[in-house]
Amino acid sequence: MKALLWRDLALAVRAGGGFGLGLAFFLIVVVLVPFGVGPDRTILSAIAPGILWVAALLAALLSLDRIFALDYEDGALALLATAPVPLEGVALVKALAHWITTGLPLTLVAPLLGFFLNMDPAAYAYMFASLALGTPALSVIGSFGAALTVGLRRGGLLLSLLVLPLYVPTLIFGAEAVRRGVDQTGAAAPLMLVGAISLGCIALLPFAAAAVLRINLR
Amino acid sequence: MSMWEYANPKKFMDWTAPVLPWAFGIAGLLTGVGLVWGFFFTPEAELFGATVKIIYLHVPAALMAINAWFMMLVASLIWVIRRHHVSALAARAAAPVGMVMTVIALATGALWGIPTWGTYWVWDPRLTSFMILFLFYLGYIALWEAIEDPDTAADLTAILCIVGSVFAILSRYAVRFWNQGLHQGTSVPVVTGGRTVADVYWVPLLMCMIGFGVLFVALVLLRTRTEIRLRRMRALTARTTRAA
Repeated sequence: MKALLWRDLALAVRAGGGFGLGLAFFLIVVVLVPFGVGPDRTILSAIAPGILWVAALLAALLSLDRIFALDYEDGALALLATAPVPLEGVALVKALAHWITTGLPLTLVAPLLGFFLNMDPAAYAYMFASLALGTPALSVIGSFGAALTVGLRRGGLLLSLLVLPLYVPTLIFGAEAVRRGVDQTGAAAPLMLVGAISLGCIALLPFAAAAVLRINLR
Repeated sequence: MSMWEYANPKKFMDWTAPVLPWAFGIAGLLTGVGLVWGFFFTPEAELFGATVKIIYLHVPAALMAINAWFMMLVASLIWVIRRHHVSALAARAAAPVGMVMTVIALATGALWGIPTWGTYWVWDPRLTSFMILFLFYLGYIALWEAIEDPDTAADLTAILCIVGSVFAILSRYAVRFWNQGLHQGTSVPVVTGGRTVADVYWVPLLMCMIGFGVLFVALVLLRTRTEIRLRRMRALTARTTRAA
């Protein structure tokens, strides 16, 4: 499993892997928002946490179809399915690799981009914490969606339709944590709930993803 | 002799054929009488005026929108566990019906919002939950349409339905956490047995609710029969092309 993780990370980082594309996309969305809503600093400051969360969600979505699609096409996935490693473990490791290459950098960069959106200084810590707790859920839910659509030739659009509604609870609690953190109305509860969603997804969804992969490999 | 025998496609076709006209008849009668009674023979409410009459469409549609998803979940579980093909087809048949019910509930709710709340749409927990439910229906139907092999499609959509149900419930409570709403609480709390609807409105409303329920059953049976016939037709064409 460790070997698989290193392999996936290496593939993502090397040329054509798409590492950094998600980050660039994140940056572009954040740059585009002021053009859309106007340069008013108070408005930008108010919507900054929400924009960062939605942008992070879309950036994570962008690289989802890569989780399984390439391995499915060249047959590596079929080999992994017959390997001694359980397919549930494979799904989890691939979600982890996706998180290390997208969720983690997004979390690290988000406070920096918050600076461009005139985010409240009090929000930085909450932004970082909520993204750190929430992005693992995004990766695991996404890997389930990617497993669902892996057999489809043009699954990209369908993937976003399937995965985005599943992101709703994570987004709500994540953005709410930042908002409550700024308002000093108790960010602990939403932060814990984001963490709970992540933990629950990590514990359960690899089983669903593996079941779906087995159906697709049939 | 167990109840599962009725899931055999042949048996299913046999018993649904005579049941179907009755189901449509009862649904038409109940909904028709309930709507006419509700629209023309009930007084106007103190607060709502004549707009209270939207309730006869709004509440039954909302009720069936949720129950349709629940029925799809049960059918998906039966398919995953016992692999009755009719069950998977019934889940597929129910999805568009449930989606239309969701749209009716949202549309009538928006029309009702103007006279009572002064706006078509607010990001109220109930409204938002229904919007999310609509998106779940969309995704579910789109996945069915996207996959060619019927058994693979049935398996994948069943798992999506199961996972989606968990997330739908999660979203329901997350949304409540996120915003307090304008929408009133449930008018017909089944668990406690009480109700906040006055007796004059209650009987036609109950008729409409049961009527919509029977209508849903009738539509799902009809659509499942169509799906079975489509499946048979495909099998026949496949056989003839192979023979030729």
